Amino acid sequence: MARNKYNWQGSIVMSQRKKAVSAFQSKTQRRSQLNLDEEDEDANFSQITSSQAQRARENFTNDQIDRKVAEVVQFILIKDQKKIPVRRADIGKHVIKEYKAINAEILTRVCRKFEQVFGLKLVEIDQKNHIYVLINKLEPIPEEPVSMRPGNPKTGLLFVILSVIFMKGGVIKENLVWNTLKKLRVDPGEKHDNFGDIKKVVTDEFVRQKYVEYVKIPHTEPVECEFRWGLRAEKEVSKLKLLEFVGELFDQDPQSWTQQFREASTAETNSQSSHTL
Amino acid sequence: MSRQMGDSHRRFLQTMMSNGIISASKAVALHRHCCETHGAHYVADRLDEFINVINAQLQPLFMHIRKGMSEEDGLEYYALVNVTETDITRMASDYADNELELFRKTMDLIVDSERGFASSTDILNCADSLQTKKLKKKETELVLNKFVQDKWLNEKDGDYTLSVRCIVEMEQYMRTIYQDLIKVCHVCHNIALQCQTCENLTCGIKMHFPCVARYFRARSDPRCPECNEFWPHEIPEMQHSQSRSTQNLPSSSKENTAPTSSRRSRRL
Repeated sequence: MARNKYNWQGSIVMSQRKKAVSAFQSKTQRRSQLNLDEEDEDANFSQITSSQAQRARENFTNDQIDRKVAEVVQFILIKDQKKIPVRRADIGKHVIKEYKAINAEILTRVCRKFEQVFGLKLVEIDQKNHIYVLINKLEPIPEEPVSMRPGNPKTGLLFVILSVIFMKGGVIKENLVWNTLKKLRVDPGEKHDNFGDIKKVVTDEFVRQKYVEYVKIPHTEPVECEFRWGLRAEKEVSKLKLLEFVGELFDQDPQSWTQQFREASTAETNSQSSHTL
Repeated sequence: MSRQMGDSHRRFLQTMMSNGIISASKAVALHRHCCETHGAHYVADRLDEFINVINAQLQPLFMHIRKGMSEEDGLEYYALVNVTETDITRMASDYADNELELFRKTMDLIVDSERGFASSTDILNCADSLQTKKLKKKETELVLNKFVQDKWLNEKDGDYTLSVRCIVEMEQYMRTIYQDLIKVCHVCHNIALQCQTCENLTCGIKMHFPCVARYFRARSDPRCPECNEFWPHEIPEMQHSQSRSTQNLPSSSKENTAPTSSRRSRRL
């Protein structure tokens, strides 16, 4: 049985549409053998029936599956170390190659491992493109004897930016961010001792990590961009806590910002039911 | 019956993950902090048991919290290591190919050296002859800084040696690569880079400085444990926390030391 070279990224969107139409018509027909061709690539995650998965699972020993689970866990941990969100396609491409038919089971086990062993949650921040991040299930504690994220001043920088965006309604022109930072003696025009190239950290690194979005405002000349919260920030950062922090900063009751408080409270309740596999 | 994994264990593990390696004294403090934070039953001095619970869960993931000793200060450290690796793949995601090649070459120099150090001059020469892609002087200095910051190398007066984290993580890899070429401590049987050597040419056994301190403690006539020749080197002083007993050290031998009076002191 020849193994084809798959191109995950390209086929995902196309096959999604095809799937919806033909899935119920010819599912059993197409899946009679577990001979996966390019079309079925993406379907592996969502549309294998449980009985098919069951049969596929019998092809692998428990040890083999455990080993695959371990590999995926390591893969995700390494990506997460750099705060790079993990694409489901990458997991398939780099790790689960021969085990495609039981992808869903492997990923379920992976999720369970993260929760049980590490106290982390694998959360889908982008349901369309299937992108995941690891967030912490344990509450952060202020006075740790050993710091959790040793020496990362960028967190403070990020927090300030997210606060400004949130307090100003969720979208702001980039100038507002640069001016705020300048007031804090962090000048995007100069090279900073701790952060280096500020502009690069904010518009490249934080964007890649999905903490902020930095998009061009159409029809602006010269080109202006605006900032929003990124998908990871939406999942990881508690708006309520952020508002509390701002309240302390200005010595005001968080509820005095009624709009923001309403939004923060809604976000808090929604996060109870976050998306997992 | 083994204890169940709880949030206290998870918090401990997460901290290990962020830090890569922590000293034994910090680990003790962290143990207490994690138990208190989550209201878990805390027993002082049972850190290794606590860690064993975590290790039981880490085993199927090919990870392990391993205890090791620093060659420099004799203190114990706990490091989170990958067990599957047959190479320095732990570093692979953080460095470019030529940087990894430089690291391997630096490791070669260090293992090869008498004193367990590689000079920056020698490293710069290697950088100039890399097979992947040469590194310029400035680039090499930046990479070396990064190695030090990421706790893979230690720097002293322009010379570089492997950090305790590096040795604990890569001991297996190094033994495989270097085989007989790598020195081993006669006392604790771990890799020895910074060590003293028996002057008897037919003997030549090595001992870590801290192991020498422990082995020859309060001996007026130090003799080589293997060939009984007089041990001519200066016997270093033992560090305070070094005197605590070292159970669970990988392949720790039956040590010929008299019990010390300060072993059970409670200072952190």
